[in-house]
Amino acid sequence: MDAIQTRKLTKYYGNARGVIDLDLTVKEGEFFGFIGPNGAGKSTTIRTLLGLISPTGGSARIFDQDILQDRESILGKTGYMPSEAVFYPGMKVRDVLKLSADLRKCGCQEEAEKLCERLQLEPGRKVDELSFGNRKKVSIVCALQHKPELLILDEPTSGLDPLMQREFFDILRERNREGATIFLSSHVLSEIQRNCSRAAIIREGRMIACDSVEALSRTNARRVTVHGQVALEGLEGIRDKRETGNSVSFLYGGDMNRLLQRLASGQVLDLSVSEPDLEEIFLHYYEADAGGKEDNGQGGD
Amino acid sequence: MTLVRHELKQGRTAFMIWTAAVGGLLAVCVFLFPEMKGEMEGVSDIFSSMGSFTAAFGMDRLNFGTLTGFYAVECGNVLGLGGAFFASLCAVGILSKEEKERTAEFLLAHPVSRRQIIREKLAAVLIQVTAMNLIIYAVSLGSIAAVGETVPWKEINLLHLAYYLLQLELAGICFGISAFMRKGTVGTGLGIAAVMYFLNLIANIAEPAEFLKYITPFGFCEGADIVADGSLDGRLVAIGMAVGLIGVTAAYVKYCRKDIR
Repeated sequence: MDAIQTRKLTKYYGNARGVIDLDLTVKEGEFFGFIGPNGAGKSTTIRTLLGLISPTGGSARIFDQDILQDRESILGKTGYMPSEAVFYPGMKVRDVLKLSADLRKCGCQEEAEKLCERLQLEPGRKVDELSFGNRKKVSIVCALQHKPELLILDEPTSGLDPLMQREFFDILRERNREGATIFLSSHVLSEIQRNCSRAAIIREGRMIACDSVEALSRTNARRVTVHGQVALEGLEGIRDKRETGNSVSFLYGGDMNRLLQRLASGQVLDLSVSEPDLEEIFLHYYEADAGGKEDNGQGGD
Repeated sequence: MTLVRHELKQGRTAFMIWTAAVGGLLAVCVFLFPEMKGEMEGVSDIFSSMGSFTAAFGMDRLNFGTLTGFYAVECGNVLGLGGAFFASLCAVGILSKEEKERTAEFLLAHPVSRRQIIREKLAAVLIQVTAMNLIIYAVSLGSIAAVGETVPWKEINLLHLAYYLLQLELAGICFGISAFMRKGTVGTGLGIAAVMYFLNLIANIAEPAEFLKYITPFGFCEGADIVADGSLDGRLVAIGMAVGLIGVTAAYVKYCRKDIR
């Protein structure tokens, strides 16, 4: 069964674009990454899935239930961590966790205590007095304490220190092994690359790629760094060129023989050729898509 | 009931402050009555000859020298305005505050239907308004007994009932408005209560503006009319309750379809 399935999901805020014709499938048990820069439509997608906003067009199903008709049933199986961690003023952490558990009609105090311990969160403190990172931890416990079948996480690691990020992803991986589906929205590509099996890339409200992280990372392009003097003018397939002093670094997706000929005719002191990381590939997708749009006369970034 | 309990806890401080303020002022008014009673015979004549001002507060038809007359004007204004402000403030922010204070995502990510949220938040408003009125009613009776006056049961009960109904109507209107708003609710709540109060003053002063009594809930809370008739104006009350219900219905219709930001 698919955990999440959207068909031509579209959301406009008046005339402003949210997401357009989004076809997304997340299988049950997957650790799925949702990548895009700010304003790309990630949060709109999530808020539509959770029923906070109504779609303008298309449909979406979670565990084969309609997001509009079966909202409460879906939310009962879902844990959501919003990008902002805001709670009611004057409440203590334990009161917030209890309120969340009561709203779910679940007795999950034991699990909440375990999570608080792992995340080093003090239940007796008032939420107003907490740092952003600690409020994020409250949000994590609220999302996880009822052991949901689906976790939807919107920029979950912002504000968390590296040690907490590691602990947080340890917990997520444990939950994933236990069968939970995880939908992780982020623009931190390294955490997608480290944790997700599949990912989708969204740009200006449209999905521009969706595949396994391995396949998305697989590309003919290479990061080439040359120390010395090489004439690269007119060589096709060069992107993201950065020159510093006597060195030049670029992503190369063109004919390798032509590159070797140019290198041979130059004065190369040192050379490195490596696979680009997901960050570079992400930029590649964006630039390629923007270029395509420009070619079609629709404008780009 | 989780949300009802939560709302009552969240509103506890405001509830206590408003109840203490209105109840305290009401008690002070009642405690002033014995001292003023003796001086009222001459004062009543002066009040009754102050033209529009007298008419605005219904003092031309009430005897300030009696507890009923004094209570209907002085205490009526305290309870009328204080209660109206509290009911309006309580209701006008109850739905919108989730978006204003950015807690909507937290609340609506739980398996709670929007209808249930509306039901429980409305119940929290009604409980607070009702509790405030019961406490103030008790304070009022205690104060009257403390100053050694006989309680004019019928008049007191009718006056308190009228102000309770007024608060329900305003709460209904403001609850409806709350579903449409995202911020600026305090000013709106206070503004609505104040406008309704002044509409009634205008209706009392100018005969051509008497139709305003059908618009403002203060119309059926006019102490002079209640004391003179020994009853509430059923037609005005019915209109008021219908308006309040329209407010609640509007809240249901709007909030169930609203995009939460």
